[in-house]
Amino acid sequence: MSDRHAWQRVCRWQDILPESGVCARVGERQIAVFRAGEHVFALDNLDPCSGANVLARGIVGELRGELVVASPIYKQHFSLRSGRCLESPRHSVRAYPARVLDGSVWVRARRRLVVVGNGIAGLRVVEELLAIAPQAYDVVVFGAEPHWGYDRSLLSPVLAGETEAEAIELHPRSWYVEHGITLHAGDPVVAIDRGRRTVRSANGVTVGYDRLLLATGSHPVRLDIPGAQLPGVVSFRNLGDLGAMLDAIRPQGRAVVVGGGVLGVEAAAGLRLRGMSVTLVHRHAQLMDRHLDEEAGRLLAASLRARGIDLRLEATVDAVLGATAACGVRTSQDESLAAELVVTAIGIRPNADLARSAGLRCERGILVDDTMQSFDPAIYAVGECIQHRNTTFGMVAPLWEQGRVCAVHLAEVGVSRYVERVRPVQLKVSGLEVFSVGRIAAAQGREVLTLRDARRGVYKRLVLEQDRLVGALLVGDVQDAPWYLDLLQVGRPVTDLRSTLIFGPGATPAAAGAR
Amino acid sequence: MSAGVRTTCPYCGVGCGVRVEHDDDGVRILGDPAHPANLGRLCSKGAALGETLALEGRLLAPRIAGRETGWDEALERVARAFGESIARHGPESVAFYLSGQLLTEDYYVANKLMKGFIGGANIDTNSRLCMASAVVAHQRAFGEDVVPVRYQDLLEADLVVLVGSNLAWCHPVLYRRLAEEKARRPGLAVVVIDPRRTATCEIADLHLALAPGSDAWLFNGLLCDLERRGAADRRFLEEHTVGVAAALAAARASAAEPAEVARRCALPMESVQRFFATFAAAERVVTLFSQGVNQSTSGVDKGSAIINCHLYTGRLGKPGCGPFSITGQPNAMGGREVGGLATALAAHRRLEEPEDRAAVQAFWGSPRIASRPGLKAVDLFEAVHDGRVKALWIAGTNPVVSLPDADRARAALRRCEFVVVADCFPDTDTAALAQVLLPAAAWGEKSGTVTNSERCLSRQRAFLPLPGAARPDWWMFCELARRLGFDAHFAYADVHQIFAEHARLAHGAPGRVLDLGALADLDAAAYDALEPLHWPVGAGAPFADARYAHRDGRARLVPVEPRAPACAPDAQFPWVLNTGRVRDQWHTMTRTARSARLNRHSPLPYLDVHVDDAAELGIAAGELVSVRSRIGVLVAPARLGTDSARGQVFAPMHWSDAFASGARVGAAIPAAVDPLSGEPEFKHAPVRLERTAVDWYAFALLRGRIEPVPAFWWARVPAQGFSRYELAGTGRPEWSSLARQWLAPSAEQDWMEYRDESRGIYRAAAVSEDRLEGVLFVACTPQSPSRGWLEERMTDGRLAPGDRRCLLNGAPLAQGFEEGPIVCSCFGVGRDALKVGIAAYGLVTARQVGARLRAGTNCGSCLPEIQALLDGQS
Repeated sequence: MSDRHAWQRVCRWQDILPESGVCARVGERQIAVFRAGEHVFALDNLDPCSGANVLARGIVGELRGELVVASPIYKQHFSLRSGRCLESPRHSVRAYPARVLDGSVWVRARRRLVVVGNGIAGLRVVEELLAIAPQAYDVVVFGAEPHWGYDRSLLSPVLAGETEAEAIELHPRSWYVEHGITLHAGDPVVAIDRGRRTVRSANGVTVGYDRLLLATGSHPVRLDIPGAQLPGVVSFRNLGDLGAMLDAIRPQGRAVVVGGGVLGVEAAAGLRLRGMSVTLVHRHAQLMDRHLDEEAGRLLAASLRARGIDLRLEATVDAVLGATAACGVRTSQDESLAAELVVTAIGIRPNADLARSAGLRCERGILVDDTMQSFDPAIYAVGECIQHRNTTFGMVAPLWEQGRVCAVHLAEVGVSRYVERVRPVQLKVSGLEVFSVGRIAAAQGREVLTLRDARRGVYKRLVLEQDRLVGALLVGDVQDAPWYLDLLQVGRPVTDLRSTLIFGPGATPAAAGAR
Repeated sequence: MSAGVRTTCPYCGVGCGVRVEHDDDGVRILGDPAHPANLGRLCSKGAALGETLALEGRLLAPRIAGRETGWDEALERVARAFGESIARHGPESVAFYLSGQLLTEDYYVANKLMKGFIGGANIDTNSRLCMASAVVAHQRAFGEDVVPVRYQDLLEADLVVLVGSNLAWCHPVLYRRLAEEKARRPGLAVVVIDPRRTATCEIADLHLALAPGSDAWLFNGLLCDLERRGAADRRFLEEHTVGVAAALAAARASAAEPAEVARRCALPMESVQRFFATFAAAERVVTLFSQGVNQSTSGVDKGSAIINCHLYTGRLGKPGCGPFSITGQPNAMGGREVGGLATALAAHRRLEEPEDRAAVQAFWGSPRIASRPGLKAVDLFEAVHDGRVKALWIAGTNPVVSLPDADRARAALRRCEFVVVADCFPDTDTAALAQVLLPAAAWGEKSGTVTNSERCLSRQRAFLPLPGAARPDWWMFCELARRLGFDAHFAYADVHQIFAEHARLAHGAPGRVLDLGALADLDAAAYDALEPLHWPVGAGAPFADARYAHRDGRARLVPVEPRAPACAPDAQFPWVLNTGRVRDQWHTMTRTARSARLNRHSPLPYLDVHVDDAAELGIAAGELVSVRSRIGVLVAPARLGTDSARGQVFAPMHWSDAFASGARVGAAIPAAVDPLSGEPEFKHAPVRLERTAVDWYAFALLRGRIEPVPAFWWARVPAQGFSRYELAGTGRPEWSSLARQWLAPSAEQDWMEYRDESRGIYRAAAVSEDRLEGVLFVACTPQSPSRGWLEERMTDGRLAPGDRRCLLNGAPLAQGFEEGPIVCSCFGVGRDALKVGIAAYGLVTARQVGARLRAGTNCGSCLPEIQALLDGQS
């Protein structure tokens, strides 16, 4: 594959004196090009030991059987083939492929992208980048968790035993190798030097970057109540939490899930499927109250109860009981519920501390513009760690779009802006099919379409405003969710679809015409 | 009974032979290849006869005031009422009102009883509404009611003129024979004269959409044109006719020039001239006319104007020629033969002729004989209304639906001292008003003879046992006669004895074409085995010898002064209401509506309105329209098109209160009648159209019935295993509870609902064990999903996987296609399926359609519609 990041002509072969170097500007970078015998080599011109752009003026020679250049400042030797600093490998420089063709010298100079975060958001950007500009960057990925990147959004099916843990892995190790991606797993980045454009990891690895991508994700909100730190109290956020939960699963085991949002409902359902006795405690009268209406909430509650999950609605947990480990909770209704496992699912917060400490502008999250660029033009950020136009993110869907936009800008091809769309929520527990998007409440100027099929457990509610779909709520049958989402996001008038709208795309006149 | 029974179809006047075979699935109905009327063909109605035989809903025992009883009590009651009335008020205080669907033997006995023994002539039939005008026109021209044409003549003609006849729908088999002949011999010209574009126009070389009621101007104009062209058969006129000069003078006075004809008939000049030229040039011409001519206040004159043209050119009494009045009913002709009309005596003998009266009285050996005509249908009901007629026997007809000013007919029956109705069904609009109901044997249960439109006499034979206490009508009349003291003259053991007596009577009248003498000596076995045959039996075609029944043996040309219809449209009632039949229903639907298949062709009453008129009135397709005349109102959904001209609307005549509310066309038709024939003007009622403001339209498919129907308007369509209701009304009913009441879901669990409140849409479906039990669809406008797919789900046993999801959509999701309104009843092929098939396979001819989609390959009744679809898509 050839693109504009591939080979670039630097000068004629004769322009370089034998056994010496010249400095070439390739893109925005100085590269030192050396002629040694019949070969040419290319290294960064920047001497990491002195911080000066001087390597092109160093002396070319041979040391311990290796072709090297000696820095004109402190005289360290750098391998012409690999850029390794013979005296101090930590100070190695990048080497670039170089060759002579038709009397000219050609260099392939790639920039380095450092990705902080080995999760779905960061890797999404890398995937997009590989697809549109595979030669643009050398990619280095740092991940805090000691795992290969995995899809956090699929933790619930794993908990429910419906998916194997391996299956949610985003990419196998071989994928990183195949694409020349350097992965530092289990080694979080702890500092960013924006002046030098380097990052430093917990293990002390320092890597320079041309572009830095922050995809540090979010962390769960912890209960601020007595006993919240006891073993047995876990959030439901990562493979570690999942492991703790799976470890706590016992026959006749008892669990309390705090929070009746999407994650809490999924956790409760998953634990129940694993055979636990589960009580779900939720602050409001209605489950998933931000996303459902009363009828859907009632259907969901009935469905959970039918699965054997106890519900405590309009209740909070005041304390986790137990001396050395959790053995129960006390609720605001002054009820004690025995439980060896207490799962909290009461919200998340962006991981913005690293960025904040590097002086990047942050509010709740790292502030980015529509190109996913932070206030530092060399630093981009995506995913749950960001704040875009005052919005933070907790769902997987926006990441695809953010990743695409970010990759386009990293590759410097075209223009693309991230536009925040209405985001749907969907339960990922089989048999508990719930989808909700947009404004579903009745209000002045809104028209409501409903469909009920009690035996199938189906309830559909579509909300229109000025002949456009502004909200959709599907319970029991979410097959057409993508279509409604598309209609809603595109915002096209649905006048022509109105009569069959609730029956899905298969009922539209267009579909009929296509028969 | 596996060998099969040969009988005759009970529907239209074509009188097709039917073969009935019993097999494991019940009864198989096939066309009789040996019958000359149809040579094996059947139309959609005939082919569906087997579906109308179930005993469900039949009247199987006599009832007095709704209470079931035995024959003795019922007949005693009837005899007492008739006897007392005759004794106190004379023979003209009682009446029989019969049907053109009774058998000749039924008629004969009733007529004999009334005219010879009771001594009055108040015996009339619904044939009065059908071809009474033609009867008088025949009598005026020929001195006798003789139809001088056979079906074969149509096939041998050079020109067939169809006047006021939608032959394709009303006489489908004859139409098909004509269409086949035309396909074989394209030189056979067909001209259709009808204000309305009908399915019959599919084979027409020329369609004259003349102004309603202007036929006499057209045919007077034709007579003048024939004179101008020198087309007269001088010798024939001189030797065998009288009145040509007067007829010509009258014609010239009204329609001397084609331009005048074009003006009067609102036709393009070139159409008129082309018709005249075609008529003049054709050597053999049959002019077939039907209700469009007869049902008129000048129906007799129109018939005469037609007959004049044939007499003038000598075009009758020879092959391929003649004026041809086709009857609507299967045995109208038989009724005319026995004299079963208030204006006839018996066996083509004349009531007003003393010799004829004496001959008949002598033959019957009766104590008295009616000496003056009785009351014709409309007058009869008027007499019932004002109390002159106090006891009325109605047999096999539904006058509360079929008479003009039908609400007055209903009021008349309500006021009548004594009404007895003999019918197969207890729930007709008329039966509801009877004090005594008598269970009549139905087609397939009774035996006798019928005569079709071409004077072909054939046997109807029983192939089913008499159910319950049902009896044939002749038996009932004999029982009444016995109880009135005339038993010696009505001691018939069976229909053969009646027929033999009728045949003996129909013999030897001087100059009459009708002569059944040759059949008088048939023994019972020979009668039973009687093959179809035409009268005059054993003689040549009528009038081949140019001898007519007038005393001078000459035919008459009758001067015709054209008259406009009795009621002209005016500012208050500016539209003209036309009425007629649809293809797959018969009369008031008491029989045909029992076939789910037949109900699919035109399931609902409707009003055809020209699209431009509809646009002016703000009427959208399917919206309810009130059709108001000076005397009454009918309500029907609008069907928009261009078949009816602007200013004209058309409504089918079939719907009664049993199947729809406010749909009886009779209620809006004034009782204006032809002064000679007494036939009502069904084709021309000035009306006013109004869009009926309703808040909602709905349809429901249910296993049960909705009673009473809480809606401004409703129609019920019996279907296979369920009923379809169409409803419309005002207000905001609580649909959810109505739906639960109507659909009666067995459990709340198996219940689904869809609402779009701001559009007024509500839909519900009830399912039980994967079987669809019912649906209700409500909207603000008539545009709801097509019913076809849901109807199939109601008929099918279990819902297929995936069906449930789209029940309330009323259509499957992106797979398969809708059948659409059924065109081919035999194979259940719908309009949409045909359109798709025609387009997909690039079909050009009806034959190709048949080969590919089967449609039209059985009865062929739908071929005109298929042709129209082909024409529409090319």
